Order: sequence, then structure tokens, then C-alpha cells
Amino acid sequence: MTRARQEHTALPLLQVRHLCKFFGRQMGCHDISFSVAPGEVIGVVGESGSGKSTLLNCIAGRIKPSNGSVLFNASMGVIDLCRCDEALMRRIIRTQTGYVTQNPARGLKMHISAGGNIGEKLMAAGMRHYGEIRKTALMWLEKVEIDPGRIDDLPVTFSGGMQQRLQIAANLVNAPKIMLMDEPTSGLDVSVQARLIDVLRKLVSGLNLSMILVTHDLAVARLLCHRLYVMKQGEIVESGLSDQILDDPRQPYTQLLVSSVLKP
Amino acid sequence: MPLTYNFAYLDEQSKKMIRRAILKAIAVPGFQVPFGGREMPLPYGWGTGGIQVTASVIGPEDRLKVIDQGSDDTVNAISIKQFFKKTAGIVTTEQTRAATLIQTRHRIPETPLQKGQIMVFQVPIPEPLQFIEPKRTRTVKMHAFEEYGSMHVRLYEDVAKFGRIATAFDYPVQVHHRYIMSPSPIPKYDNPKLNQSPALHLFGAGREKRIYAVPPYTDVISLDFEDYPFELEQWDGACAVCGSTRSFLDEIITDDQGTRMFICSDTEFCRNNAGKTFP
Repeated sequence: MTRARQEHTALPLLQVRHLCKFFGRQMGCHDISFSVAPGEVIGVVGESGSGKSTLLNCIAGRIKPSNGSVLFNASMGVIDLCRCDEALMRRIIRTQTGYVTQNPARGLKMHISAGGNIGEKLMAAGMRHYGEIRKTALMWLEKVEIDPGRIDDLPVTFSGGMQQRLQIAANLVNAPKIMLMDEPTSGLDVSVQARLIDVLRKLVSGLNLSMILVTHDLAVARLLCHRLYVMKQGEIVESGLSDQILDDPRQPYTQLLVSSVLKP
Repeated sequence: MPLTYNFAYLDEQSKKMIRRAILKAIAVPGFQVPFGGREMPLPYGWGTGGIQVTASVIGPEDRLKVIDQGSDDTVNAISIKQFFKKTAGIVTTEQTRAATLIQTRHRIPETPLQKGQIMVFQVPIPEPLQFIEPKRTRTVKMHAFEEYGSMHVRLYEDVAKFGRIATAFDYPVQVHHRYIMSPSPIPKYDNPKLNQSPALHLFGAGREKRIYAVPPYTDVISLDFEDYPFELEQWDGACAVCGSTRSFLDEIITDDQGTRMFICSDTEFCRNNAGKTFP
């Protein structure tokens, strides 16, 4: 039993193999392969339209890939999310992954209080004790540095940065194995970004959480990610350790990307 | 030449189609079955769904009772009764015990239902998940995969706002330990009457074109929290007309000074209880 579990943890948490997505004749992403170890933070960078979000949506089960597989080391064994039946896929996605969108209005339920948003996943997982749900929601608000007194306020009354932190709390509450983030910091003010990154770093190191972070913000990539994949026109053009890629970009495209960042 | 309708207004093919939907609904308790809703000679929101279900199941031997907010003699109840008297030539009644078929808006009669009786509900919003997820395509999947956690979010919001589950009508239930169902606009006071009821309950939504059902002797459980259990409404006083303390009471304001009285919403129960005879 213990040996079997050890073998499980030795496996990568997520393996993407030859993933392709075509929208008719338009290519979304092509032949993408990589793997994510438990606790590892992967960054996917690239200009807009390079297929980053398409890739993330394929992994999150939000769109069906045209080809390839996404192997997820779920609690019940390794499962190909592209081939297993929909009920199982939805259950795994719901209970073991989190998905943070760029626009919090899409990830949150804006007509439901902050506490309700955090509690939703708990109730979906079968928690039926109001007091417990409330306690957990308060704890998470504190963790993402939102005043617990705002628990009954609607997310529309929150600032953009608070909404984004609330979205992160709502996703982390049921302890997912991996978080998928689609440009969580774009659209935020620089100081707010810094605070969000700070919260994220604390959470990631504290929870031993894996993360795939799609961004076009290289500063965020450098601060949070262990490894980076650079995408261009639907394909991975360069990959490696974050610092290595950002300090010593090899591909002309990556060099352009790195040099395009304004330096103060 | 006098204008004549087919028995119970609807043509036989339409009735057959609706009956098939009803059979499917009974086979899968609480599941919303789409059906080809027909134009009826009354506006949406007045019971087009209920009237189509009634028209499809009614036979010449049936005794029909129609109630609206518990009352036998409001406009809606009277006109639907007249409609079936005219188009089906059936007998109507106000007595719950005597009725074989009861069409209702908002109430289940206080008099316990019996084996063989059919209740027909007029449903405005059949989808209990609509509050949380407005997209029909998504709610269908949520039902299919039993993803019902969000239903409790609605109750959570109630407790967070009001300190108790304040939903008083259309209180969500789980039928046969599977589908979450909206019991339509009946007060939550009537929810326990659905549980293990000997009668057949049919729900028709005309605008949304859906039929669902609770077959006789089916478990119907109202959702709640462990620390905030499902509770029934309670009133301090008794009915001002019959003195009943075990029926659903309506509050009636009787003058401009705010004088109020409480009386039974179920008029037939109230009259029987007060020992009055029927006309």
C-alpha cells in the first residue's frame, strides 16, 4: 500500500502528450508535450494569439483537444482527461484542479457573496454544515488578505485585485492538486500585481501546489515559475529553467520577447 | 353550426404526445421532460402547463377540483373549471376527498391526499438551478452528473443574509435521492406533503415546455444544512374563521389602520373545519 503510494507520488502530476487543437483550418496549438511534477510551477509565456490560453483550456477540460492526451495523476490513478468519460473528467476537474481566469467576473459568481463563492466548492464536495463552511471561508479570506468583515459582501463591491484574490481563494479551498491560471495578473495595477504575486508565492510554497501559469508578463514568470515554456504560433519554441531562459534566451523570438520588456 | 371542441380541448395527437412525456417523467422521478407545448386559450403564467397536463390525463369519469392560492373560488380556479366543464363535460367539485384530479397553483390541499388521486401543478420556473446557472445547456449537465453543490449556495446566502433559511416557497427538494426538483411555487409548508404521498404529482410548465413528476410513495427531501435544518412556517394565532391551528394561514389586512387577521389559505379545509355545508 505504502509502496504503491510512493510510486504514485514519484510520477509526474500531469503529463501533456502531443496535444493539438485545431479550430477548423486555424491552428490553436500543435504537438505540445511537457510534464508537471508535484509542487512545480510551470510558466507558459508568449505573445497574444500564440496558443497559450488554448493549451490551458485543453488541459482544464474546457475545450476538447483535436489530438493528444492529458494524463493526470488523480487520487484514483493516472487518468487521461481527453479520453475518460465526461462524468469522471468533470469530477476530477471539479475536485482536484482549480482554474483562475484573467477576468474575475468570469470565474466568480458576482451575484453571490464572497463567502458563498468560497463555500461553493465545499458544498459541491458534500459539506452540509453551515458553521464549518463559514469558518473555512473566513480562514481563506484571511489567507488571501481580504478583510474577513467583507465575507457577506458581493464581489462587485470589491476592487479588481480583491476579486482576483477571492477567485484564488475560491479555487484553493478544496485543496486542488494543481492550479491553472490564465493571466491572473493582467488587468491589475502594478502595485496590486505585486501584492497578488506575493500572496500566490506564499500559498504555493505553503501548500506544495503545482501550477501552470499562462502569462505574457515576464516579471511574473520570473518571480513565480520554476520552468518556462515559450510559445509562438501554437508551438513550443523554447523551454528550460526560468532564469536560464530569461537571462540567456536562445531563440530569436525569445530574445525579442525578453528585450521588449521596458526596463526602468 | 355550434362550435365544438375535441374532448378536453386538445386534439388526440397532442394529448398522446403529452402523455408520453408524463410517462417518462413518472419513470424518472424529478427529471424535467421537454414536451411540445401547445397554445392554450389563456396567457402564459396563468397555468398553461397545468391545463395541458390536465387536458391530457382527464377522462369523462373524472371529478376535477381546481385551486388557486388554496382557494376554490378565485378567478383562475373558476375559469379553468368552466373551461373543462365546457370542453370535456366533466363534473367539478370543491371537495378534496371527492376529487380524482386536482389542478393547483401554489398549494397542496390540507386534507390528506389518497391513493389514486392526481395532483397537477402549474409551474412558472421548472429549473431549480436557474438561480445559480442561467444557461440551460449547463444545468442539463449539472443534473446529469448530479453536480448539486451549488444548490446549497442559495441556502447559504439565505443564512448569511437573514440568519436562517428564508426561502419560503419554491423550496428545493431532492426526489428519490437523485434529481433536485423545484416544487413550484408551493409554500415550504407543503413540501412534507410530497414525501411518500400516496397520490401522483404531475408538474407542467407551459412557457418553459417541461413536465416532471413525483410518483406515489416517493421520497422527497427538502435540502438543508446540518446546523440549520428544514423548518416549517409557524403562526402564533389560529384561523379567524375556523380556529384551525394546523393549516397554512394567510394574513389579511382588513382596514387602513393595519388591523389584520389570519385565515386558512385552503378554503375547502376551512369550511369543512368550521362545519359549514357546501352550496
